[in-house]
Amino acid sequence: MGTGRNTTIIRSNYLYDESARIYDHALDLWDGLSQELNYNVMYSKRGVMMLAHNVHDMQSFHRHIHANRLNGVDNQWLTPEEAKAYCPPLSISKNARYPVMGAALQKKGGVARHDSVAWGYARAAAALGVDIIQNCAVTGIKRAADGAVEGIETERGFIATPKVGVSAAGNSSVLMEMAGLRFPLESYPLQALVSEPVKPVFPCVVMSNTVHAYISQSDKGELVIGAGTDQYVSYSQHGALHIIEHTLASICEIFPLFKRMRMLRSWGGVVDVTPDRSPILGKTPVPGLYVNCGWGTGGFKATPGAGHLLAHTIAKDEPHKINAPFTLDRFRTGRLIDEAAAAAVAH
Amino acid sequence: MLLIRCPYCEEERPEVEFSYAGEAHIARPADPSQLNDEQWAEYLFIRTNARGIHYERWCHRHGCARYFNAVRDTVTDKLQMTYKAGEPKPDAIGPSGGDK
Ligand SMILES: Cc1cc2nc3c(=O)[nH]c(=O)nc-3n(C[C@H](O)[C@H](O)[C@H](O)COP(=O)(O)OP(=O)(O)OC[C@H]3O[C@@H](n4cnc5c(N)ncnc54)[C@H](O)[C@@H]3O)c2cc1C
Ligand SMILES: [Zn+2]
Repeated sequence: MGTGRNTTIIRSNYLYDESARIYDHALDLWDGLSQELNYNVMYSKRGVMMLAHNVHDMQSFHRHIHANRLNGVDNQWLTPEEAKAYCPPLSISKNARYPVMGAALQKKGGVARHDSVAWGYARAAAALGVDIIQNCAVTGIKRAADGAVEGIETERGFIATPKVGVSAAGNSSVLMEMAGLRFPLESYPLQALVSEPVKPVFPCVVMSNTVHAYISQSDKGELVIGAGTDQYVSYSQHGALHIIEHTLASICEIFPLFKRMRMLRSWGGVVDVTPDRSPILGKTPVPGLYVNCGWGTGGFKATPGAGHLLAHTIAKDEPHKINAPFTLDRFRTGRLIDEAAAAAVAH
Repeated sequence: MLLIRCPYCEEERPEVEFSYAGEAHIARPADPSQLNDEQWAEYLFIRTNARGIHYERWCHRHGCARYFNAVRDTVTDKLQMTYKAGEPKPDAIGPSGGDK
């Protein structure tokens, strides 16, 4: 659901070592994904630029860039003029309410086509003999007397299996509840919108956490725009209009030339957010039950990495060293991976 | 946008006047030093995240600035009722209806 309907930003310039490893692992895998799936996922490394508008932004971006470089993650600082050269529609007017004081650019970041990713994976998995049962909800997780997984109940009957991997994004709490587990997750609406299609005007992805919006242009020509979640827990798959107004006001502030663009449609998905804004990927207290959740507003970029790591964890019954820190238990031990404090807004 | 009735102002006002403040009826531990790590995790991080009836806190930020509680169906986003902080947890009205 999320994978088929997101704004497709791919980047790996997260602050902490654990995050750098997991997101950069995914970024490496995006490179060969079209070949591996034999399906063009249209991964385009057009660069993701994050704008700095104040001294705090500049300091925290520099910190990110240094941390990223120590981890071998691509990220560089641009002056306002360099940012403008990289993204000509950008206004670097000194008279702006939030002038651009510089930017952090991850050149390897970019976008991919969300539908192609879902279709490509589905086709490749089917070719390997995986049965994909569509429009069939899991309604229960059956456990044996010793607590281990025995199988799942679905709308179309029971499937016996000693191992279950759950990747249910916004509905993860609901699925975990079926196994008697309570998770540190809250599900929020996240909206996005696209404009009418226009000729190529926008060469990269630009994010501004301070003015609070992000934008890119799809290969169909639509401007793809998003920002933060609605404020309350919801599974309704739609959010409020004032969030969209706020998002567009921010876009017009940074890109005055888009003031007269007409918006075509908006939509909302449900994102499962953890307290530290990092995913939970690994084993659960229930033997045979594995989980990949908590990617919140930013899990599309992790698709190939998350898939590989979940598969590894299920096959070996132990996590890969890259996802080993992303346990459920970190909320008990206090060993959080606090990208929430590091980034403050949507990924 | 939600229309929310502030139980103090006794008025229905647009959501932009309010800020959401998370799940309701999570009591701060009476004797914090007695809690083990598991119980701290439960208190700090574990949430019901109900798909259906949800008890939650709101603050009338741009009005009376007071916190209160609400009962809302998270599938339809329909608010069932709001009530003052400190009042007992009421029963929800009927089944959530939308929990599919
Ligand atoms: C508007 C929006 C914009 C976003 N933009 C970005 C972005 O720019 N970059 C980025 O990296 N991320 C972005 N994200 C986040 C990203 O989309 C998600 O993190 C990611 O798609 C999650 O992938 P997934 O495979 O874990 O879950 P999903 O792709 O959401 O798949 C979960 C699946 O579980 C199914 N399911 C749920 N309950 C059940 C059940 N009971 N039985 C059976 N199946 C069930 C659902 O139908 C769904 O198909 C965005 C999200 C939204 C909503
Ligand atoms: Zn009030």
